[in-house]
Amino acid sequence: MARFKKDKKRELPALGTGSMADIVFMFLFFFMVISNMRETDVKVKFIVPGASEIQKLEKKSLVATIYMGMPKSENENTLPPGKVSVQLNDQTIKQENFVRDVRDFIAVEKESRSDEDRQKLTFSIKADQDIQMRYINLIKNELRTNNALKINYATTKRERKQAESKE
Amino acid sequence: MSNRKLAGFNTAQMADISFLLLTFFMMTSSINVQQGIPRRLPPPSDSKTVVDINKRNVFTVVVNFNDEIFANQEIIPLNQLTLRAKEFLENPYNSPNLPEKEIKLIENLGEYSVSKGVLSLSNDQSTSYNMYVQVQNELQRAVNELRDKVSMQFFGKKYDLLDTALQRAIQRAVPMNISEAPPTNFGKE
Repeated sequence: MARFKKDKKRELPALGTGSMADIVFMFLFFFMVISNMRETDVKVKFIVPGASEIQKLEKKSLVATIYMGMPKSENENTLPPGKVSVQLNDQTIKQENFVRDVRDFIAVEKESRSDEDRQKLTFSIKADQDIQMRYINLIKNELRTNNALKINYATTKRERKQAESKE
Repeated sequence: MSNRKLAGFNTAQMADISFLLLTFFMMTSSINVQQGIPRRLPPPSDSKTVVDINKRNVFTVVVNFNDEIFANQEIIPLNQLTLRAKEFLENPYNSPNLPEKEIKLIENLGEYSVSKGVLSLSNDQSTSYNMYVQVQNELQRAVNELRDKVSMQFFGKKYDLLDTALQRAIQRAVPMNISEAPPTNFGKE
């Protein structure tokens, strides 16, 4: 029995903290690689619809995002008063400047890319699932007239629903 | 001098600093991937080009202001849309009221009878965006499932797992033709 008696004199070795920094740095680099910086603050509330047949957009740098949804605060501009607001870059746009602002936004986004990337530039529409198509159609119409034809409807991933068999 | 111990570098605080950096990065970055349904808009044109398409080659999907779906003038639930669209595009028994097929020579596939079917989609201004995306999704799903089928038949693999060249061949065999009509305006804002 004496064999199991603990040796009181032996000291517990201190926990080595040196490698902790390495582990945390590893985490840090991992996060830096998989994430992308949030460069704009979003001023509209939106829940994008779910879809099953989705594709990932290849490169973040080749995507320009248009946000549409209900404004988060009362100070934001909306298209008709109290309705949907459209955010390009950092600002929500005013209804009376709609055509001009969208045109400028598309021009700036195209201008800032090289010729090769310009072909691949995608305009991603991140819009709330409950808004009416009239607002989406307005944007689509502007994109089309300004020759920005590659678009994407941002969605979240969901599983395929079972199709109902035809009787 | 030589046997004096070198002062140990205290690394405990380093962990604190790196934790701080880690939290900073986690808060300022977003990990959500950009994903969605890609679409191509038709190029801008002033003059309306009237393309004469045979009636049997068009599958009209109309979504009204109540988010109800009419496929070829018949009201159907959303979960039947994929089946209907597949049946239309595939036309397995060469029925005379489903789309014509054209025999094309496609690289890697040989001769394949390609359907001339066009999915025509129109919606109301008051249709919800969600319903619009769901309809687009179901139509895309019909095409994807047909592509998978052709792919299994020729290469024994799913479409997603093929090389780009083979994927392109399948894209030509099962084209995705969606045309969008101008929206109607019956609903209220």
